[in-house]
Amino acid sequence: MTEKRIPKTLVEDNKFCPGCGHGIINRVLAEVLEEMELVDMAIGSVAVGCACLMIDTFGTDWVQAAHGRAAAVACGIKRVRPENFVFTYQGDGDSLAIGFSETMYAAVRNENITAFIVNNGIFGMTGGQMAPTSLPGQRTTTSPAGKDPSLAGQPLNIINQMRQLPIAYLARGSVGSFKEIIKLKKYIKAAVTNQIEGKGYGLVEILSPCPTNWKMTMRGALDHMGDNVKNFFPTGEFIKEGVHTDA
Amino acid sequence: MTKKKKKRIVTQSNNRCKGCRFCEISCPAEAISVSSEVNAKGYNYMEIDHKKCTTCGVCYTVCPDYVFEIIEVA
Repeated sequence: MTEKRIPKTLVEDNKFCPGCGHGIINRVLAEVLEEMELVDMAIGSVAVGCACLMIDTFGTDWVQAAHGRAAAVACGIKRVRPENFVFTYQGDGDSLAIGFSETMYAAVRNENITAFIVNNGIFGMTGGQMAPTSLPGQRTTTSPAGKDPSLAGQPLNIINQMRQLPIAYLARGSVGSFKEIIKLKKYIKAAVTNQIEGKGYGLVEILSPCPTNWKMTMRGALDHMGDNVKNFFPTGEFIKEGVHTDA
Repeated sequence: MTKKKKKRIVTQSNNRCKGCRFCEISCPAEAISVSSEVNAKGYNYMEIDHKKCTTCGVCYTVCPDYVFEIIEVA
């Protein structure tokens, strides 16, 4: 049993809403970078959305790309600075709606970068509009009667889209409970290790609550994740070191 | 000669708390409850009952706002 201290990489208090999963993911990522001694050589690429609030509070170097284009910018950085650890940190609206093309093509080319996608099933920063990852029947400001899949499509599952690609690492974690946060740290560490060892593209999708825009209490949001979100987005490791798993 | 086990305690930064209650929901010892006091940000922060607390560290892991730390004291 050891001490548990807040990582020094978190240089300021975060600016997220109460109960937002971003704060937990920021801390886990900071812990991994500190344990692997990568803080000084890490370059993050963010675009637009709640995720980019962390550039003021997370003590690594950052580049802010145009909306959705974080993966394209990260690919460029990695090609000119291959010795650095380069990662993207985006929400689901940013990476899977506006920037879906950039996210996919970075994986198609098996670029040696690591992508973290925070999936809360909604556009958070702009006030809770429907996202490609919103669940059928989910009420948002642009689907007040609930998302109709016959009009808006089924939730976009990025893991299924990337599963057949020759990438190094693919996993989906969650911050919905203590045990899942412990597993998430393992996934993030594995994805980071793949890049350091030059094995190629790694992606970790992270299911996160957004109590503010889901208009739920924290307990309600966590129950919703366990009862509904995980049915559409099962968690686990899907590709490890370039090898497909049965998860 | 036996090695003396260090004592662990939980410290908290109440002004960071946004009162989301993830720690209260997750605490296996049910040692955390919401305070009637309000912090500098205007949220009812969380209180730990140190008699019930086992310093397991679950609150540190689930807190999105870096409120708790587990430290060892001599």
